[in-house]
Amino acid sequence: MSTETALIESGLRESTLFRFATAGSVDDGKSTLVGRLLHDSKAILADQLDAVARTSADRGFGGDKGGIDLALLTDGLRAEREQGITIDVAYRYFATDRRSFILADCPGHVQYTKNTVTGASTADAVVVLIDARKGVLEQTRRHLSVLQLLRVAHVIVAVNKIDLVDFSEDVFRAIEADVQQVARDLGIGADGISDVLVVPVSALDGDNVVDRSVRTPWYSGPALLEVLETLPAADELESHLESFRFPVQLVIRPQGALAPDAVAGGLDAEAYRDYRAYAGQITEGSVKVGDQVTVLSPGHEPRNTTVTGIDFAGRELEEAAAPQSVAIRLAEEIDIARGDTIAAAGTVADSTADLYASLCWLSPKPLREGAKVLVKHGTRTVQALVRNVSGKLDLGTFNVEEASTLELNDIGHAQLRLAAPLPVENYQRHRRTGAFLVIDPLDGNTLAAGLVKDHPGDHEEERYVI
Amino acid sequence: MSTYTTEEPTQVTDAAVSTSTRLSSLDTLESEAIHIIREVVAEFERPALLFSGGKDSVVMLHLATKAFWPGKVPFPVLHVDTGHNFPEVIDFRDRTVERLGLKLVVGSVQEFIDRGELAERADGTRNPLQTVPLLDAIQRNKFDAVFGGGRRDEDKARAKERILSLRDEFGQWDPRNQRPELWNLYNGRHTVGQHVRAFPISNWTELDIWRYIERENIELPSLYYAHQREVFARDGMWRAVGEVSQPLPHEEVITKTVRYRTVGDMSCTGAVESDAYTVADVVVEVAASTLTERGATRADDRISEAAMEDRKKDGYF
Repeated sequence: MSTETALIESGLRESTLFRFATAGSVDDGKSTLVGRLLHDSKAILADQLDAVARTSADRGFGGDKGGIDLALLTDGLRAEREQGITIDVAYRYFATDRRSFILADCPGHVQYTKNTVTGASTADAVVVLIDARKGVLEQTRRHLSVLQLLRVAHVIVAVNKIDLVDFSEDVFRAIEADVQQVARDLGIGADGISDVLVVPVSALDGDNVVDRSVRTPWYSGPALLEVLETLPAADELESHLESFRFPVQLVIRPQGALAPDAVAGGLDAEAYRDYRAYAGQITEGSVKVGDQVTVLSPGHEPRNTTVTGIDFAGRELEEAAAPQSVAIRLAEEIDIARGDTIAAAGTVADSTADLYASLCWLSPKPLREGAKVLVKHGTRTVQALVRNVSGKLDLGTFNVEEASTLELNDIGHAQLRLAAPLPVENYQRHRRTGAFLVIDPLDGNTLAAGLVKDHPGDHEEERYVI
Repeated sequence: MSTYTTEEPTQVTDAAVSTSTRLSSLDTLESEAIHIIREVVAEFERPALLFSGGKDSVVMLHLATKAFWPGKVPFPVLHVDTGHNFPEVIDFRDRTVERLGLKLVVGSVQEFIDRGELAERADGTRNPLQTVPLLDAIQRNKFDAVFGGGRRDEDKARAKERILSLRDEFGQWDPRNQRPELWNLYNGRHTVGQHVRAFPISNWTELDIWRYIERENIELPSLYYAHQREVFARDGMWRAVGEVSQPLPHEEVITKTVRYRTVGDMSCTGAVESDAYTVADVVVEVAASTLTERGATRADDRISEAAMEDRKKDGYF
């Protein structure tokens, strides 16, 4: 098949979406790997390639061979080039005939925790790079530790520069065993949700990046891109959970102010006079018309009712699942507002005002006990008091150390008292309803990524790292 | 009829996944964009949508109608008028606003030039001049959130911008001081004088936009499709002959079959030779294209490698 035909087909086929992030330092060849994926999947267009070829020649890359420096394909802003730094996560896009990919390219050398947490929070998979000559380093342990904490569904370890160890199976197997040992120590894979795959690659030459390499005959697994094309996305996994969750964003109640184009298109204005539906995005599970649901609202006992309709822009759906944005109609005329949660009946615990959490601290302003902050959870924002900081994670050893403050890139435990109860759930089991932001009430900046833990003694969750 | 796309299992190892129904990438992007639009409307006092009649802003408006159906789109649209418009685009803009019952706010580059508050550039291009009228309109109307159709695949500066992007009193973007954006929790808190630019279709590519236009049967200004036009060659692009876009004596005017990939200031937006007469033709053409849309059609982005970065820092879209 010609390149052109393949591209046209890739554009015309219904593909699915897959989000992944990369973690690793410049030295591991991360930029080259990203450049290789974009280049070999034909995501780089001629004018971009020309610009890179010119710059490569200017900088003398490839010498007489006139090669192009693939790392330049991910070269960032002028502000970054001038200072020789990477500011933060850059998003890149490419597609194959099976999938459209969103790649969060996270710089590794500075503020790696902040960037890895950010990139991994939306990722279905994270590719961690290891230099085959160096093996598992403390940085690898740190990355895997953060990914376990954030419960990324798939971790792919790319053992790069395999060409520089003469495509040695022994070297690869030793690194693979080390990686699996770290994963076992962390509990990655133990819950049956996440998994770790190890792939030998040469980003520079393209071995096992897009196509399987003949130079690693001892490796029978898929190339990196094949892995990315076939892994189930987190939404696919989470849409099957029994625990339907739907934070209400807003109430759609036109009261006569109907969309003129809808009316012109034949909408029966009289029938929609009293229309009332709750708009939001399904964060987990699925819902059908006729399902029993529980409405969680602050200041109310949980209320049970029935789903009478699921609307999406004029279409009535029988069923919807995460991550669809829909509008839900309910049997009872009950008072529901933004910030309430609609959930499958009988699957939710009570809301709580005592929040136990892991915090990934993302701000240069340190956290102190007694600080007043804002907590944004789902579609609600409430005031909160930091009652205590009870420890800090050593990402290298996975031990929890004594700490009473958290600084930029620290991950620690804290207990917060909320001004109003929230329907939080354990992050390890509910990625969306277990996540929250900590916000500075003074300037509105995001201070931390919060991951909800069980109350001490509630469950046997303590085997997890933090 | 549900919104699912069911894929048949293609191989045995897929069995565990293929028993499920998967959303297509377009459905996923659409739901993400609608979620963001609803978040901004719920959390801000006075949002507005930048609407130029260009394809990305048309898709944004279409998503907004879906987000609030059967209600009206609950915010006005804002057009920064360079005065260098394609007449069919202005006509399209006015018809769209009328059809959806929207309020239209116009910020006029020409008025600022007439009042002496902006100077015409030597090259005659007015795209970079849009920043001042844009910020003026935002301040006068007290807009605290402005939706834009910016996409991260357009440019490397856009590739690093957040979905909710905080701007200071001068509308400036500070790439070194952006809030981390985690999960689908958007932090739009801002102080008096600051505002937020919201980019719900950040994760869409040009091809996604066209496939969506085709799937949703969305009307666009006619110049996005192949038509006969008098053009002349300049800077390696085909420029339309018009009131503000006149050939120099040595530039030969010829009639060609062209279409536009982007729609902007007539004096710096180039046409591409194309026989894509329908949306289906355009999808095929874009899928096979070997040039980026800005590289192919925008003289202003060729000025320097960091052209967009500089404009964004100054408050551009």
